[in-house]
Amino acid sequence: MNIYWHCLAGIVQREWLRFVLQRSRFFSALVRPLLWLLVFAAGFRAALGIAIIAPYDTYITYETYIVPGLACMILLFNGMQGSLSMVYDREMGSMRVLLTSPLPRAFLLASKLLAIALISLLQVYAFLAIAWFYGVQPPAWGLLAALPALLLVALLLSALGLLLSNGIRQLENFAGVMNFVIFPLFFLSSALYPLWKMREASEWLYWLCALNPFSHAVELVRFALYQRLSLSALLICLGLTGLFAVLAVVTFNPQHAALRRAG
Amino acid sequence: MNALEVSNLAFAYGARQALQDLSFRVEPGSFAALLGPNGAGKSTLIALLTRLYHLQQGDIQVMGNSLGQQPRQALRQLGVVFQQSTLDLDLSVEQNLRYHAALHGLAKAQAKVRIDEELARQQLDERRHEKVRALNGGHRRRVEIARALLHRPRLLLLDEASAGLDPASRLALNRHVRQLCRDQGLAVLWTTHLLDEVQASDELLILNRGRLVAQGPAQRIGADDASLAATFARLTGAEELA
Repeated sequence: MNIYWHCLAGIVQREWLRFVLQRSRFFSALVRPLLWLLVFAAGFRAALGIAIIAPYDTYITYETYIVPGLACMILLFNGMQGSLSMVYDREMGSMRVLLTSPLPRAFLLASKLLAIALISLLQVYAFLAIAWFYGVQPPAWGLLAALPALLLVALLLSALGLLLSNGIRQLENFAGVMNFVIFPLFFLSSALYPLWKMREASEWLYWLCALNPFSHAVELVRFALYQRLSLSALLICLGLTGLFAVLAVVTFNPQHAALRRAG
Repeated sequence: MNALEVSNLAFAYGARQALQDLSFRVEPGSFAALLGPNGAGKSTLIALLTRLYHLQQGDIQVMGNSLGQQPRQALRQLGVVFQQSTLDLDLSVEQNLRYHAALHGLAKAQAKVRIDEELARQQLDERRHEKVRALNGGHRRRVEIARALLHRPRLLLLDEASAGLDPASRLALNRHVRQLCRDQGLAVLWTTHLLDEVQASDELLILNRGRLVAQGPAQRIGADDASLAATFARLTGAEELA
């Protein structure tokens, strides 16, 4: 058991060291959600009135509404980017070293996903801290209660990223992933608008949003931030994380890319 | 027991056969040179030996452990230096080594002892806190060798490890690995396309178009022609190499 612990600790430590060394990446990852919070939300505040909906007990500002969605957006981008970099690494970089470890491949991949998730959480809390000073102040205990929810969502999105990247030839396809995965997941969710508003606009768009796993991820975090549990969101996120992780590990095979190139 | 035993290995990328009916062995403490022109199938063989690719046909055993049946036991006995550097350039020498030790499940204290030993052996002790980016090509290769030996493997695999080095560093690296082989009884499989890295006493394997076209002591293989270079050119259809 100790062997596994040393291995996991080593993988997490390496991600941490890389994170510390790439501070510019840390700040640039914060720019995106901050622009949404400070600019987009300010502009749309007047246009989008939010009725009292769970988990909120009162009327809230639009900024308050979108903060959980933006926190999940950080996890979405990081999860996809982290997993795709594993594709690049698996053929020529540090992933080759990882894969020559004698520990089970499923454990190594899970450890890598966990390490990426933990580092992403630091960025989320940095964002929540800035949002706090900007005036979006969920209960202090809510910030703590959101930690496991955010961790689960981070794992869900990294596992989804790894699963998708198993079908991608090269890292250059990240632009395609942005257009066909990240943007639809984000915009067709409850991150920026409550789903009842979407239903007013279009029934079929509403159903797309309701079926989108990212909507459930956002709601899990939103409820946790206000010390409430959305059981349906938790069960869906747990189930999908398990499913995506198993599928990602089963389909992870570095030789697929080589065979595809040859074929 | 052989350090490495490859039996009836074959591998295809779709319809293209990359390796065919490959069988050879490397004995403990011996230096085997795998020579082949570009495209001979060396990279595919390395990918199979390091379990990056799954076996399609045949078997590979490292110290008696089948990579197909007992991959974890086999990988424990295997140290690898890849053709392209897999060091993290932004981390220090010691941080890179610590990461590798963790991947092999070594506890911190044990890892520290091993890292001290290997860095001293590679004469890199004073550079342990430097970023890998600051090292020259020869020193980076030494770090990779130190890393590959941290978990005390019995077989060291070096895939074109001298690629990109200047002639003096290339020679020094080759000598260094031979020394390790003698001192530690380590089996070495050294892949290259450069004939001057092969010595008469080496066990030589010549790979061409996915097949082994010659294997045995280099001295014997080169004996039929004026030189080993002439034999290599005849067997592979390549232009004679210096």
